[in-house]
Amino acid sequence: MTFGVRGVGLRYGSVQALAAVDLDLPPGEVRVVVGGDGAGKTTLLGIVAGALAPAEGAVRRPAAARIGYLPASSGVYPDLSVAENLRFVQAAYGARGPEVAERRRMLLERAGLLAVEGRLGGELSGGMRQKLGVIRAMLHRPDLLVLDEPTTGVDPLSRRDLWWLIAHAAAEGSAVLVATTYVDEAERATALLLLDHGRAAASGAPDAVIAAMPGTLMVGDAGPDPAEAAFAWRRGRAWRLWRPDGSLRAGAGWRAVAPDLQDAVTVALLRGEMAARQGGAA
Amino acid sequence: MAEPLAQALGVTRRFGDATAVRDVSLEVRPGEVLGLLGANGAGKTTLLRMLLGLLPPSDGQVRLFGASPSFASRRRIGYMPQGLGLYEDLTPAENLAFARAVYGSGQVPEAGELAELPVGRLPLGVQRRVAFRQVLQHRPDLLVLDEPTSGVDPLMRQRLWQEARAAADAGAGVLITTHHMEEAESCDRLVVMADGRVVAQGSLAEILAGEEVLLIDTPDWAGAMSLLERAGLEPALVGRSLRLPARDEQRLLAALEGVPHAVRRAPATLEERFVAIALGLG
Repeated sequence: MTFGVRGVGLRYGSVQALAAVDLDLPPGEVRVVVGGDGAGKTTLLGIVAGALAPAEGAVRRPAAARIGYLPASSGVYPDLSVAENLRFVQAAYGARGPEVAERRRMLLERAGLLAVEGRLGGELSGGMRQKLGVIRAMLHRPDLLVLDEPTTGVDPLSRRDLWWLIAHAAAEGSAVLVATTYVDEAERATALLLLDHGRAAASGAPDAVIAAMPGTLMVGDAGPDPAEAAFAWRRGRAWRLWRPDGSLRAGAGWRAVAPDLQDAVTVALLRGEMAARQGGAA
Repeated sequence: MAEPLAQALGVTRRFGDATAVRDVSLEVRPGEVLGLLGANGAGKTTLLRMLLGLLPPSDGQVRLFGASPSFASRRRIGYMPQGLGLYEDLTPAENLAFARAVYGSGQVPEAGELAELPVGRLPLGVQRRVAFRQVLQHRPDLLVLDEPTSGVDPLMRQRLWQEARAAADAGAGVLITTHHMEEAESCDRLVVMADGRVVAQGSLAEILAGEEVLLIDTPDWAGAMSLLERAGLEPALVGRSLRLPARDEQRLLAALEGVPHAVRRAPATLEERFVAIALGLG
């Protein structure tokens, strides 16, 4: 059964936190929501996990006991040890027996946490705390696993462990939803959803999101003309310039290049800005 | 070559019995963006504090603008710590005025240019823009940015980068620490630390060193992943494909014998190279 949401929306006072968002979460696949601070990721994940009720739209999710949810706050009890944190969720989900103990041990070992089983949650490094949070959320083999920014601020070695846990949950058949601010993590999903001011700015498989980017992308060594500066950004020393109408920029040193996912995401956010400006002017 | 702005010459720092930084030499030159990479605990922050003149080395020497660190040299530095270094109870204009008073220079913002709320009540992206402005307004010769774009959306990240790059174009040296490999790819040079030492340095191309990974496609990625793990390999899941370092090819073929699969080669990502280098595997 595919979980997900259709046309969900939610306002906080005058702020439209989420508007008309669709998302499919098939079992055994990793889906990624990418966006910055305030884009609506946490609201969407809260709705998917059942922690928030949407004002509009429909949600399909399993029973609460079959959901694993890591909120943005990591969900780790600071005054319980690593082992106690996990025993607590085991008790809460009624998961017991030798098989669960073995699974707990295997996940802790693979995440590099076995040696710190006795340490208090509040004394873990950021990366360790996030890994423990993900293990807590997936220990009971949920049908739906919802992880709110598990990798933000985490170093690449911990990030590798976290993505192993995510892949392992998907391999066991969970439908997995991960929120992130990093575009390279969206490349690891079978499909991504880019959120911008609560709306879907792009969605689909990474290749499809790249293919759907309108206009042309140019690369050059000198800066753009002032009139086009809003559509230009830097990668390394070089400039990248998006031309919405698909035309090529003439001039020495400029050449057209194939966009990657970072470019496609940047352009989708630029288009959102353009639309907001035009809407504001109208 | 231009005189380095900041230099570590065989710098070591011990805390009691622990050695946080061992015999590290590096330099930041005018006009370049240098990326300092390392897992948590690799010694980046200790090295940064020594380079800023905030912590004396146990051995070796730090030079700032050709001399020992001093109050005069600190005035020529713009340092943005991970916590941004803004007063949350003050407005952006008040924060900027305070920094101008400390540094004795900087441009006064125009009326209406900045939000008139306390910084703590502004969105993270806006806070980061204010922090960038605060460290740039006295036109520092050396810019030190600790995880400068954590948590912001990709478009905002591009814009903040543009400001750092513009400072470098104007002749400043920029030293950035980041866990974010997309950001690291935009640096002119990279220095990778592990266990207090410099374990790799050079341009992006030099760090990537033409290394390749194997991309494995099978009808049943979860089954293949489990077989590979039983063989002691650690595949990463990307979409529905698995990735392994090229050096694992023989073990991969043995583990998937009789299982339908296709293997392609692809260039390793910086993140994959970083993990291999940090773990001492390549």
